[in-house]
Amino acid sequence: MTSADATARIRERFGVEPAAEGGGLAVALPRERWLAFGRFAKDELGCAYFNWLSAIDWKEQGLEVLYRVENLDAKLVLTLRTKLGPGETRCASLVAVWRGADWMERECYDMFGVIFEGHPDPRRILLSEDWEGYPLRKDYAVDTPHAPYR
Amino acid sequence: MEVKAPLPQVPPPGWSEFKDLQEWEKYHQERATDDKTSNALASIADAIHHMPGGWIVTTSTDKIFNWARQSSIWPVTFGLACCAIEMMATFASRFDVERFGMVPWASPRHSDLMIVSGTVTIKMAPMLKRIYDQMPDPKWVVSMGSCANSGGPFRHGYHVVKGVDRVVPVDVYVPGCPPTPDSLMYGLLKLKEQVAEFQKTGQRSTAADRG
Repeated sequence: MTSADATARIRERFGVEPAAEGGGLAVALPRERWLAFGRFAKDELGCAYFNWLSAIDWKEQGLEVLYRVENLDAKLVLTLRTKLGPGETRCASLVAVWRGADWMERECYDMFGVIFEGHPDPRRILLSEDWEGYPLRKDYAVDTPHAPYR
Repeated sequence: MEVKAPLPQVPPPGWSEFKDLQEWEKYHQERATDDKTSNALASIADAIHHMPGGWIVTTSTDKIFNWARQSSIWPVTFGLACCAIEMMATFASRFDVERFGMVPWASPRHSDLMIVSGTVTIKMAPMLKRIYDQMPDPKWVVSMGSCANSGGPFRHGYHVVKGVDRVVPVDVYVPGCPPTPDSLMYGLLKLKEQVAEFQKTGQRSTAADRG
């Protein structure tokens, strides 16, 4: 499984052209195909290693969620990104494919408020349970005085 | 191999204790109203002080008590961040605060001093307050380093308490990021001076004084 090989298979299966980005391949897909691509990457491209999952707040364009998986044997690095759209916070969970996505998705929920549908344990992971808001969003007012300690 | 999706389930809130903690704090902010012992002792001391010549007794006993207090300040070890490394260096043999009678102690119940060394996060603040409340009176707090003084470089972060004096009353602020052991020792010596003047400066500041 070389990089060119993977490019051809992704083009054939999903009809998109992977871009060379960040030392690997980057694929942008609509959010409906998020989970399908995850299963494809794990089962057919052999990307067993879930590296990270994060999100970007593009303000009025809404949130963008992205994750990186790797096939360590073939040195294949794959980044998938999807724009959720303005005001949309729901996204499919990848825990069924990679168990390593569990805490990553909890952190993403914690910081960006992305709700991963089908996540087995959708709680906050770093902040306390009664925290209000999602701190890494651009519209989060960081310096607002906040009871009881700020 | 087919990986089955785990069943989605909504867990019970794991931090139900946190509300209890906040409630507990609310009722432990001030001295209990039915604390008769402290009032009785205070009135006895007051009576002695106002007897003819009695002030000699009270001031000299104050001196003795304050000498005892400042000569064996036991700091509870409350290391939070990189300042704790400098604090440990101060406790260790090279700088050796034990020559001031300070024994780093791992229990707040036996301690007189809390050295807050490091960044206090909003999540950590209730625990810090709880440990402070567990210490017996009279007690002192040294705020060590920029983070504990004001939030430091993380002041504009979303998660940092902007100064530990928003949680507990602070007696000595030690600047630095992190302060060297010499700075901390200077702060501790300043604290000893303050302890020596303890009765003259009156009781500990109350919530009303702090605003």
